[in-house]
Amino acid sequence: MKDVLKFKNVSLTYQTANDEIKAIDDLSFSVKDGEFVSIIGPSGCGKSTILSLIAGLISPTKGTIEKSNDDVGYMLQKDELFGWRTVIKNVYLPLEIKKINDKEKKEYADHLLNKYGLKKFINSYPNELSGGMRQRVALIRTLVFNPSLLLLDEPFSALDYQTRLSVCDDVYKIIKEEKKTAILVTHDISEAISMSDKIIILSKRPCSVKNVIYTHLDGDTPFFKRESKNFTVYFNKIWNELTYEKN
Amino acid sequence: MKKTNYSAERQKYLLGKKKNKIFIISCRILILIAILSLWEILATLNVIDAFITSSPSKIITTAKKLFAENNLTYHMSITLYETFMGFMISAIFGYLIALLLWWSENLRNVLEPYIVVLNSLPKIALGPIIIVWFGAGIKSIIFMTIIIGIIVSIITMLNGFIATDNNKILLLKTMGASKFQILNKLVIPSSVKTFISMLKINVGLSWIGSIMGEYLVSKAGLGYLIVYGGQVFKLDLVMTATVILCFMATVMYLIVAFIEKKISKS
Repeated sequence: MKDVLKFKNVSLTYQTANDEIKAIDDLSFSVKDGEFVSIIGPSGCGKSTILSLIAGLISPTKGTIEKSNDDVGYMLQKDELFGWRTVIKNVYLPLEIKKINDKEKKEYADHLLNKYGLKKFINSYPNELSGGMRQRVALIRTLVFNPSLLLLDEPFSALDYQTRLSVCDDVYKIIKEEKKTAILVTHDISEAISMSDKIIILSKRPCSVKNVIYTHLDGDTPFFKRESKNFTVYFNKIWNELTYEKN
Repeated sequence: MKKTNYSAERQKYLLGKKKNKIFIISCRILILIAILSLWEILATLNVIDAFITSSPSKIITTAKKLFAENNLTYHMSITLYETFMGFMISAIFGYLIALLLWWSENLRNVLEPYIVVLNSLPKIALGPIIIVWFGAGIKSIIFMTIIIGIIVSIITMLNGFIATDNNKILLLKTMGASKFQILNKLVIPSSVKTFISMLKINVGLSWIGSIMGEYLVSKAGLGYLIVYGGQVFKLDLVMTATVILCFMATVMYLIVAFIEKKISKS
């Protein structure tokens, strides 16, 4: 399978009023089409910065980033739905921004809402929905213009544990069914193992790749993968990588 | 609203709520009646000097007289016009200037000390300058109203715009939104609440501006009646104008509160 994203020796230094901060140092990795990749690392190591680089919001100081397609969908920690817009209007937002008035795209949005159990709520306002539903709407909003690459920036961290597990399953299912490539940034080891095919472990700042782990687990959903035998093996491996780092 | 099938506890709770509400409203009315009747009785019994304190009955007589002479509506409309014009202009321009300052961070930083100074300056100090520049008339009063309202409007709105959730801005940027789209789709709709509170503050400030303007320079209006009444010791006139002012300011506030309800529903 071909690479949809390739980081080649990327470094990033940014300036603040007090200091010059080296956030990323010689970072190289690639993501293949259809892969679900997690990026995990100590907090403050610049995980979110990597997503900003991929989304093109900032440019690297050194190195290159190759993307097969410019369309990326970005999902943030909170759903960030606009409270004054109905669900359907929230989902159409990216189309409005890109000034696309395409019947097909709108039908695709409607289709996704129907498929993932939100048909009844298209004219509701976000505050009438549960946390899990809101996160599903946020994902569909990201999928509307059919991005080839999804960037997930700790999208479950604002949810309570129970909702988190079920939204994890929902999001995983939607991403697999719609055949998307996804990059998940998280500091939750179990979440990374249960969702991804490949886990990139980062060192602390300035971050670079410390190790890459490919996971092979039984079970088709993140929830069942958590019960798989190998789960703890992977968990301990990643735990050690991250803990040694801190010393 | 569902009406049927309330449990006994629920009914008891609702009844208690209703009773409490009735109690509060009755207390409010009672206080008003108590103050008015005490005032009236003390004035009739000559315990207080009605020449200085006036009395509710005298206020009603004065209001009727003014109304019959067609003076009251004239004075009311003058003050209302000044207040309304001042309110509208400072709200609209305050909003637009705040937008401009949100748009350009440099402009915001450059103008910051000027806004701070203008905000702390007691605007009444500009009275003589305003009169010299705009003449002794309605124009000066409206200008006074505007300068009192506009600075606070700008500061309130700008703070509202700046408080826009950065993550939502980031989200729009990842969708490739332009600055104008961020403004249009996010900053303006998310600051509706600030806009309403700006209007509410502005209602109060506009009345301060117009009455203060009339104190300084005027030939008509409720502020004029109050100053004139004070100078010739017609306290009945002063009290009447004050009561009417209370009434008008309340109505204007209620209109804004009504708009708030309409907007927050949609």
